[in-house]
Amino acid sequence: MERTDRAPARSTVPNTRRNDARARAHPAYWAFVVHRVSGIALTLFLPVHFFVLSQALSRPAALDRFLGWTHQPAVKLAETVLVLALAVHLGGGVRLLFIEFAGWRADWQKTAIALALAAALAYALLFALAA
Amino acid sequence: MTSGALDGRGARDGAAAIRAAAWRFVLQRASAAVLALCVVVHLATIIYAVRHGLTSDAIVARVRANPAWPAFYVVFVIAAAIHAPLGIRAIVDEWLGLRGRAVDIALGLTSLVLFAGGLYAVHALAA
Repeated sequence: MERTDRAPARSTVPNTRRNDARARAHPAYWAFVVHRVSGIALTLFLPVHFFVLSQALSRPAALDRFLGWTHQPAVKLAETVLVLALAVHLGGGVRLLFIEFAGWRADWQKTAIALALAAALAYALLFALAA
Repeated sequence: MTSGALDGRGARDGAAAIRAAAWRFVLQRASAAVLALCVVVHLATIIYAVRHGLTSDAIVARVRANPAWPAFYVVFVIAAAIHAPLGIRAIVDEWLGLRGRAVDIALGLTSLVLFAGGLYAVHALAA
């Protein structure tokens, strides 16, 4: 299971099946790392997101105070990074689904990775300008 | 397959493990496909929300404007509560070497917390 989004398994046999420098220089390796790191960030953010939104019922004034606090530039920057994480995880995830279920092959993987990253960056920029 | 597969119990355990892995694969991909659609809608909603005033009244009014919104967010929460713990499972297995029953129980609880917390947030916005 979970073949395409995982790194080659660490082998118990020394010097076999390990990534060497060439594997780590490939954009697909970095797409894999970005997919995982963005997934971790989003998972950690979700409980906070749910907690903040759940204040709407019991403590709307507290929610508004929190939303006011988010207007600070540093918080806006953090929000932009989170939004970028969401967009890049979407782009990378759709790429993985197409690899697994529509048979996308290696000849234009770099193009697919570049398109996913470009779309995510464009969205994050749109958010930063709108926020 | 290990030598344990040669006796009856080993074979049963092996088959169960393979079935569980297959289910995790299917659930991870099915939830990903649902999330792909949900996140596209969510990204559009985020831009709309920040441009039209992000206050508790505005958020609540938007969610209550149409019953389709709470329904959408319930689907979104269920898919995320399935998807996130399965992704974390692969990461803690491969990057931290953590696996086994205790890890699966912890991730099951994580899924429940995300599910309950998400549904409560939807309830708080739509009630």
